[in-house]
Amino acid sequence: MNQEDLLFAKTHEWVAISTEDGQPLATLGLSAFAVEALTDLVFIELPEVGQQVKAEEPCCEVESVKAVSDVYSPVEGEIIAVNDALPDALETLSEDPYGSGWIAKIRLAGEPDLTHLMDYKTYQKQCEEES
Amino acid sequence: MKNTRDTQLLFELSRPGCRATRLPACDVPELPLCELLPTASMASTPPNLPELSEPQIVRHFVNLSTQNMSVDTHFYPLGSCTMKYNPKRNERIAGLPGLAELHPYQPESTLQGMLQILYELQEILQEISGLAVCSLQPAAGAHGELTALLVASAYFRNLGQKRPIVLVPDNAHGTNPASASMAGFQSVTLKTTSDGFVDMDELATKLNDQVAVLMITNPSTLGLFEPHIRQIADQVHAVGALVYLDGANMNAILGVARPGDFGADMQHFNPHKTFSGPHGGGGPGAGPICVTKELAPFLPAPIVVPCDRQEPCDHQETDEKGSGPTYRLDWDRPKSIGRVRAFFGNVGVLVRTYAYIRTHGPDGLRRVSENAVLNANYLLSRIKKILPVVQDDRCMHEFVATAAQLKAEKNISAMDIAKRLLDYGFHAPTVYFPLTVPEAIMIEPTESESKQTLDDFTDALFRIIEEDPQLLHGAPHTTSISRPNEVQAARQQILSHPEA
Amino acid sequence: MPYLYNTPADQTEMLATIGAGSLDELFDSVPQDLQLARSLDLPSAMSEMELEQHLHRLANKNQHAGQLVCFLGGGSYDHFVPAVVDAIGSRSEFYTSYTPYQAEASQGNLQVVFEYQSLITRLTGMEVSNASMYDGGSATAEAVLMAISTTGGRSAKKRQPNVVLPHSLHPEYRATIVTYLENLDVQVRFLETPQGIIDREHLANVLDDQTAAVVLQHPNFFGCLEDAEEITRITHDAGALLISVFDPISLGLLTRPGDYGANIAVAEGQGLGTPMTYGGPYLGIMACDKKLVRRMPGRIAGQTVDRRGNPCFVLTLQTREQHIRRAKATSNVCTNQGLFALRATVYLAQLGPQGLRETATLCLQKAHYASQQLCRHPRFSRAFDHPTFKEFVIRDAENRVDELLQAATNHGYLAGIPLAPWFPELSDCFLVAVTEKRTQDEIDRWVGELTRCGAKVHI
Repeated sequence: MNQEDLLFAKTHEWVAISTEDGQPLATLGLSAFAVEALTDLVFIELPEVGQQVKAEEPCCEVESVKAVSDVYSPVEGEIIAVNDALPDALETLSEDPYGSGWIAKIRLAGEPDLTHLMDYKTYQKQCEEES
Repeated sequence: MKNTRDTQLLFELSRPGCRATRLPACDVPELPLCELLPTASMASTPPNLPELSEPQIVRHFVNLSTQNMSVDTHFYPLGSCTMKYNPKRNERIAGLPGLAELHPYQPESTLQGMLQILYELQEILQEISGLAVCSLQPAAGAHGELTALLVASAYFRNLGQKRPIVLVPDNAHGTNPASASMAGFQSVTLKTTSDGFVDMDELATKLNDQVAVLMITNPSTLGLFEPHIRQIADQVHAVGALVYLDGANMNAILGVARPGDFGADMQHFNPHKTFSGPHGGGGPGAGPICVTKELAPFLPAPIVVPCDRQEPCDHQETDEKGSGPTYRLDWDRPKSIGRVRAFFGNVGVLVRTYAYIRTHGPDGLRRVSENAVLNANYLLSRIKKILPVVQDDRCMHEFVATAAQLKAEKNISAMDIAKRLLDYGFHAPTVYFPLTVPEAIMIEPTESESKQTLDDFTDALFRIIEEDPQLLHGAPHTTSISRPNEVQAARQQILSHPEA
Repeated sequence: MPYLYNTPADQTEMLATIGAGSLDELFDSVPQDLQLARSLDLPSAMSEMELEQHLHRLANKNQHAGQLVCFLGGGSYDHFVPAVVDAIGSRSEFYTSYTPYQAEASQGNLQVVFEYQSLITRLTGMEVSNASMYDGGSATAEAVLMAISTTGGRSAKKRQPNVVLPHSLHPEYRATIVTYLENLDVQVRFLETPQGIIDREHLANVLDDQTAAVVLQHPNFFGCLEDAEEITRITHDAGALLISVFDPISLGLLTRPGDYGANIAVAEGQGLGTPMTYGGPYLGIMACDKKLVRRMPGRIAGQTVDRRGNPCFVLTLQTREQHIRRAKATSNVCTNQGLFALRATVYLAQLGPQGLRETATLCLQKAHYASQQLCRHPRFSRAFDHPTFKEFVIRDAENRVDELLQAATNHGYLAGIPLAPWFPELSDCFLVAVTEKRTQDEIDRWVGELTRCGAKVHI
């Protein structure tokens, strides 16, 4: 996916909104900046398919050796797919964060509120300020 | 002298047919196993353990022991852990058969000496804490926290109050919030001031009738005595909540100040820290707790009590004076939370605690704290010339320096310093705790170190920060291994030796 | 003071460096009104000699298992401890060190923990072991919490989970679990075991789709062997986890928890080289399926390589633990029982496969002999008609257990544990343990003592 087409959360997750079977769908991942900052990830605990997630609330976790970070869902809905290949190939998160490094797909609960999300440019600015 | 040959694993040393133990022949008439056990429950082969000779075993483990730093061999200023000298006399005493070879379910009449030790220890810890009643059951400090929170919860249940929240300052030991969760509470973090004290405004905001307990470490994890402790306790009490004191830092205030006097309703002791129980490479500890009279009915059972002379204990044995047994276990505690473990407690650790306290007496215990605080302040006054110290001028028994500036200027981290200290023959201080201080280096010298050792340590630190950062990134250089790959460990998860 | 180094001259010099006028001044930050204005009210100090004499006197007021012949068990046993275990356990490089936070300064401890974990996985047939817990009782309670968090998962089920605790589980372990669960939204289902073992149909009836775990002690508190395989199958059929509470010595002969399908295996490891010491400190053993490792409490050592490529050991998977995850940690457990994990490691190395098998066989044979000899007397019978390992329950037809055991104590025997305090329905019963240390002579005299006590009453 092209990073320019994605929406980013303050907490460094990205979402891509698409339509599947006429239903709005969000794909969730971690930004390249976040993966870099977390350094040496050793584990991801994926959300469960069927799990209900709320916007701006934790939906799963990533771990480095001495830190645990929550991954926040930018949108509300139900997890309908997770990237099962990820736990055994964590390098994908840094190698292809916006493609094969996706984490989960969320079926949106109605029209999503995306106002709290940023476009790529604005997000880049936030990252520059943080680093 | 250190044996530099590779230390293989037990499993690699194994040779089929080797044996270290021979058991006596069976002296009772034997029956075929199949008559005694159902076939389905029998293993077809003996367990797959290594086969070794006794000399091999001894050499293996003795050589492994030389791969450790320890209090007996090195200065071990691990902050928050109180790595003081572990007296040899306590070891010999704890090994007396009359103490070590007692079964937990022996009749009380055969345990009068042990019960006396435990009773006196309860009384002693009550006096040191300024609290009314002691339970010796918890097995470790964190276990004491959990037990006390369960006691608090039973207390509020008895009052018919629902209080779901436990307040925990952000610089607390990780066990505090973890214990709160385990006990079924919601742990809410209290921000502290830059000095590491409780932020009184923050406390006022978060304190209400939903709060059950405030857990506080005093002296704090930054090694400072909380100046507002009495006001804090009063405010907590004003909303009907309780104050829990994490007793990890009691080594600073023995005979100087008592938690019960400054407002704590419950506390645990860490006898393996404060009262010199050996740390054992990571345990055993013990976690006795003391609580107020109001909370006492909820403590775990049993507690040791003197026998009521009107109603003598139900034993035929008599003591020296011929007046019947003196001590008994009190199981009749209808409001008790129940048990938090099997059997009485970590008695072996408690016996050492008793021996340590009896060696010192009241004035000796105060000397312990005075000298622990003296050593820490002396070290602080020298180290603050090398590294910024959070406390500025004065501390209690420990202090926290920071390598944040060094990190920014020379890319030397707290971890680099810790690792390089090993090359100089010192165990590293605690690093990266408390979490509120960046690049934290937490130093606790304890009272049992000499001025000379503290001077040598300071000199080493002084030299280290002047060394080539590259040299430090690769440190330690003199140990058998250096900078293990923790990422690989966590990813590959080799957690046991593969079976052949 | 015996353990202080600094002379008054040192102190003066140190105070000068600090810029303090006196030791008392160092406590100025403690508000004056909170300082204790008196000395602690404690007994005065003792010299080493006085201390030792004092504690000898107290120790001599006890009667220990070297003086009384010990037939007590119930989770703490008078097993033989080889001298090598004491010798290694007394190495102060082991016992005066602490948690291996700095791997380079702790390879000895870390390798021992790794070897301990390896021995436990081999002994139990489980995939992963942690570095140990406080004791068998709290390890069992932690296993229950672990099972609840595993089966509860993240998708917060609406209904309340439950755990099944049979009466054949150690009553103090049961009590510990109940205490741990008191404030959590978990239902405890007790399963009565009037026959001394779990009844399969009865078990199947209490299980449902919200059952997180069944706790199976095998051999159980009464010494009886349970039908571990069948109970595990029934448990798994209900979608629950099987927590096995085992006796490590029994695994010299019995099938391993991993072999019958346990998901979590816990034990009191005291029998592996730790003295009884009136109940602690002991060794909580915990092992589990590899897929549960992230829910496991406690420390874990792992093998890796250092920067030069040399194999070495570190603490790993620490993100489960309280110092990182704080309120969301798998447990508040901080320490393991390093010294007793070391002793267990040395013990198992010293015994080896044959030694452990022979120890288990001696326990089995001697316990069987003791039970048979005692039950030749009409007053005594076995309460439960099931195969046992090293413990068994004796019923006293005259229902005067306390009197009987007290008389035996007076004559030098710790003859058994009365069951009345935990099991009112078994108030005419006591629990007997026979380890490899008991000789035929001791057993015969124990039988003689108990039967004579009985006889006296008749005269």
